[in-house]
Amino acid sequence: MNTPLVSLVEAGKSYDQLDALSAMTMSLNEGEVLGLFGHNGAGKTTMMKLILGVISPTAGKVEVMGIAPDSKAAWHCRSKVGYLPENVSFYEQLTGLEVLTYFAKLKGFSQKQAIGLLEQVGITYAMKRQVKTYSKGMRQRLGLAQAFIGNPKLLLLDEPTVGLDPIATRDFYKTVDQLKSNGSSVILCSHVLPGVEQHIDRAMILSSGKLLAMGTLSELRHQAALPVEIKPTFLEEEGLNSAIAQYPKLNAFLAEGCQNTLMVPEKNKLSALKQLLKLDDLEDIHVESANLEQVYQHFLLKHELSTNEKQQKQSQQAKKGQS
Amino acid sequence: MKQILTVANKEFHDGLRNRWLVSITLIFALLSIGLTYFGAAASGAVGITSLSTTVASLASLAVFLIPLIALLLSYDSFVGEQESGTLLLLLTYPLSKSQLLIGKFIGQGSIIALATLLGFGSSALLLYFQFGDTDIFATYGLFIFSAILLGLSFTGIAYLISLSVSEKSKAAGFALITWFLFALAFDLALLALLVGIEEGVTQQGLTQLMMLNPTDIFRLVNLAGLDSSDVNGALAVAINAGLSQTQLISALIAWVVLPLTLAIFIFKKKTL
Repeated sequence: MNTPLVSLVEAGKSYDQLDALSAMTMSLNEGEVLGLFGHNGAGKTTMMKLILGVISPTAGKVEVMGIAPDSKAAWHCRSKVGYLPENVSFYEQLTGLEVLTYFAKLKGFSQKQAIGLLEQVGITYAMKRQVKTYSKGMRQRLGLAQAFIGNPKLLLLDEPTVGLDPIATRDFYKTVDQLKSNGSSVILCSHVLPGVEQHIDRAMILSSGKLLAMGTLSELRHQAALPVEIKPTFLEEEGLNSAIAQYPKLNAFLAEGCQNTLMVPEKNKLSALKQLLKLDDLEDIHVESANLEQVYQHFLLKHELSTNEKQQKQSQQAKKGQS
Repeated sequence: MKQILTVANKEFHDGLRNRWLVSITLIFALLSIGLTYFGAAASGAVGITSLSTTVASLASLAVFLIPLIALLLSYDSFVGEQESGTLLLLLTYPLSKSQLLIGKFIGQGSIIALATLLGFGSSALLLYFQFGDTDIFATYGLFIFSAILLGLSFTGIAYLISLSVSEKSKAAGFALITWFLFALAFDLALLALLVGIEEGVTQQGLTQLMMLNPTDIFRLVNLAGLDSSDVNGALAVAINAGLSQTQLISALIAWVVLPLTLAIFIFKKKTL
């Protein structure tokens, strides 16, 4: 547990002029699930490729299980790593079983294991059919089965739940939890997913190749200092405004443009709640902390604002220089 | 080695599944049997013509067909997998780039080799049953062996194309151009050189130029031993220059090894 399974130190990758990823430092421990969030082109896939050893970093250091993944020494580690690419269409003319057997053999496993994995993802009924007849969800399940070959210690999943129906998504997260309890580490890469929150230990938010924020969800919430949403309802059709009219402290938290809602900073949450509870005709109270999506949007917005400011400053300086 | 065989096995079965093996074998068998029996139709006779005429006609047809088939079979082996995303996935497996390439080469090469052997071999057997002449096997053996080498050479060239472009459609276009250059344009250019510029190239120089084109080497291998009456044009000049069969076969083998080595080199440099 002392040495992290994956560690990136100031790792960067640039293509010609473009910095796909710059000075990324992170580490992933055994049995940890990390969520990697960002828009398209944020550097998620580049980071995965670096960890997979498909590309080499142009700066800094990448280590997986203590070895640089692009080196020859990392060869035997590769069968312990599972990867689900974002857009993969498997050999259409082969059957699902043939595809999975091919990949299993390349990792040194047999057809028997391939059948077991197909059972695990629930597409044994279609394993004798050609992949071209598969629906999007079935292809995704096949891809997941492929990533699970050989009980990998490290799993990198790029958009794993795209195209999965709610039941399949639930099954998928169950599998992730199971892998985690077996000591496997998982990197989940995604646009923000609803429902991913309770399955990840930490989140990383990337934008244009830079790390915007990293930490557990509550740490990120704390950093973002997003308010808690409190919605009290009252017995006698009484509006929130009139109910709290005499409490100036609570009045200050009234949400603009959103009726019957208080937006309370995390640190004032308890005091506000205590005050609300004193109200006699309070019927129900609904408290919701900021979710991952709001946290994500907060960091992206902040980043956008700061880059805009920088650009403005730069253009102003350029103008000054001209005049 | 196990990895290479796994890849080769998959590629070979793809060739079986796509009916490549069956169709190539059929094309070759029909052509060679047809030429064996009706090759003399042009001179007004029906029946089995002389062995040398048959092989000469077969070689002039094979020289167009085999490169085309090999290019068609293999032009999308890498760019196709790159487009579907499986190439990136395969590279995260414990499988090196050269293992993948060699595996593919063995698999697809076996399809070409087996089809050539079965297709042309069938007419050799037919001739043998008619005449009982064992010379047939020597002549056909050399023909089939060189035809296989020609096919393998163009498989390697197809890999070069497949690894150098980023779209399948571009690879198809380049494959067609490559075929046109090697099978047609090169010889026309040589002929123009011979006729157009007096004392431009010596006989020796011409033969050396021909070594730059695997289809010409294949022609030389198969026509050199035949009656010169069956051979016309630039080739006849080159034949008289006289290169030994061993030298020609070695040159053809070099044309298999070189594109393949270069393809491995390009693949290793390629970033995904």
